[in-house]
Amino acid sequence: MNKTILILKHEFLHMVKTKSFIIMTLALPVLVLIAMAILSFIQGIEKPLVPSDVISIGYIDEVGGFSGYTEQPGEPTVTLMGYNTPEEATSALLAGEISQYFIIPSDYVATGEIIRYTLERELEPPGKIQWALKSFLLSNLLEGQTSPEVIERTKAPMGLVSIRLDETGQVATDQGGFGALMVPLVVGFLLIISIFSSSGSLLQGLGEEKENRVMEILLSSVSARQLITGKVLGLGAAGLVQVVIWLLSAVFLVRWISTTIGGFISTIQIPDNFLVLGIVYFVLVYLFFAVLMASIGAIGANARDSQQLSMLLILPAWIPLWGLFFFLNNPDHVVSRIFTMIPVTAPLMVFVRLGTSGIPTWELVLSISVLIAGIIGGLVLAAKVFRTFVLMYGKRPRLGEIIRCLREA
Amino acid sequence: MPAVELNNICKSYNDNLVVNNVSFTVAQGEIFGLIGPNGAGKTTTIRMMMDITKPDSGGISILGESLNEATKNRVGYLPEERGLYRKVRVLETLVYLASLKGLGVRAARSRAEELLKRVDMLPHKEKKVEELSRGMGQIIQFLVTLIHDPQLLVLDEPFAGLDPVNTKLLKEMILELRNQGKAIILSTHMMNEVEALCDRILMINKGCTVLYGELAEIKSRYRNNSVYLEFGGVLGDIGGVVGKKEHGDYVELFLDKETPPQKILRQLASRGVSVNRFEVSTPSLNEIFLQVVEKGR
Repeated sequence: MNKTILILKHEFLHMVKTKSFIIMTLALPVLVLIAMAILSFIQGIEKPLVPSDVISIGYIDEVGGFSGYTEQPGEPTVTLMGYNTPEEATSALLAGEISQYFIIPSDYVATGEIIRYTLERELEPPGKIQWALKSFLLSNLLEGQTSPEVIERTKAPMGLVSIRLDETGQVATDQGGFGALMVPLVVGFLLIISIFSSSGSLLQGLGEEKENRVMEILLSSVSARQLITGKVLGLGAAGLVQVVIWLLSAVFLVRWISTTIGGFISTIQIPDNFLVLGIVYFVLVYLFFAVLMASIGAIGANARDSQQLSMLLILPAWIPLWGLFFFLNNPDHVVSRIFTMIPVTAPLMVFVRLGTSGIPTWELVLSISVLIAGIIGGLVLAAKVFRTFVLMYGKRPRLGEIIRCLREA
Repeated sequence: MPAVELNNICKSYNDNLVVNNVSFTVAQGEIFGLIGPNGAGKTTTIRMMMDITKPDSGGISILGESLNEATKNRVGYLPEERGLYRKVRVLETLVYLASLKGLGVRAARSRAEELLKRVDMLPHKEKKVEELSRGMGQIIQFLVTLIHDPQLLVLDEPFAGLDPVNTKLLKEMILELRNQGKAIILSTHMMNEVEALCDRILMINKGCTVLYGELAEIKSRYRNNSVYLEFGGVLGDIGGVVGKKEHGDYVELFLDKETPPQKILRQLASRGVSVNRFEVSTPSLNEIFLQVVEKGR
């Protein structure tokens, strides 16, 4: 059997048999399922068990005229009970007749200030209570000045429905929004994790082989090119298996959950080219990182040293995450476009943009071309660096030596 | 056809010439000693032979051709800097590394078990390498070198760190391999092992060849025409002896160029000197090594 394939097979099987790989690969879809189950459960317990539950709230009207609309519908219904003095209201509160009370001060119309009294310790008044109080005040303030329908509309003046049209003027299948961002963003994030995991294994493997001196035995049996190719492809294949499992489970889970649970999850959209782009970017970015990691593995004095050096590559890859709010709000900004073209930042940036504004085809082609060029260039340099430094034990070559080696390459 | 042929090999790192015009041949069925002080260029020479490092100039022929993938499968290499996958089991390690030498998995497994049995380590085959003692690990490494039944073995410091029992085992196996017609290159600092095992040697110092040839011929070349004598009675003046050096319980007598040792022995017998030991001195390889290295400083 071809020695490259032997190394590929060895690395692949060695990787997929590790506990960490199996746990990482299977845990993710399982975790999503568990999260959705919990979400579904919480939605269930949030619903009132008795639809006729009523919250009683007291109030003292120092302005006068706030006497109508004391039944605020909703879940639960809020009943407002008037009191003449704070002492009366406090007694009712302590007796459990009301859950809280508030005072509408005499200068309310001028200041808008309402004073609330409660026995509960809380960060802020519950939203339902605020909504009921606001509705009660607004209804009483506008009483007699306009129709009941206008009063109701004043309480909720806008329910915005935004529809995206495609180039033909038809309603687009991809409607954007947070639901459209979710899957690409999460997948971009997972892609980076898988790329780092696979290329990190390559780095660690090379570091260990250098540290425990197996490298020289291997190089007496196979060429440096065969060794690197076999390792890169073997670990890459293992990573690809992981990514494909994640991508397919993402598609399956999103479809299944949106039909069974609904709600916000049903708004989640999966872009058409999502699977293909996911696989293409995984393969290319992994290869790019792998050839650079192989060089770092050769340069590092030992496995730990190599891992420290690899941070120079890993940290920039997270730039799209650090500036996520900027890139989400400005997906077509020139900075966003530049990061789409840089191989290190491309995977995350592409998926951020894919979930927001989308990416023109020419930009995708350019981004992929830059990546391929990066891989070829990296391969030439990595082969030279690897061959020169891989048998240098216990010390890291000086920067000058590396530069000289690269110049000669 | 020689197993190894190096012609005028040169290699430099950063303008530092570490191997300078080295040439030698190794025949089939021969144990060839490659010796020299630290930093002499031995490991670099071996790495060039193994195609791990490229020479700047010169030619290398291994088993009649330049080293390629097929030739690599017929060579076993035990590097000086060595180790194994610590977390991998012994049998798995042997099978994987043998498969990289072109052996099929089934054949590799069978051969690995055969070799493990030979060194009494078959019960350890399912152990992880990290569970073995250092000496056992080195024996496993030696087995990696010969598992694919190579025609040429290159052993860089094979005895380093081994206890006397494992050293004896390794020596026996090396001699067995030589008797099977394999060519063996032995690079070591242990001159007594070179003397015991090698047929011919190459000594390099500062990248240059300083000694090359039959071990017996080199030793006779460095003889200083003296005899060791352990005796009883009075020695007195002996004709043909130009100097005398006390070594505790024996003396070394230096003879002039024309006097053979037999003439001295006859004189001693005629004088009634009781001779307990009479030995024509031959310098040890270690002495020759020190002499050559110090001369080169």
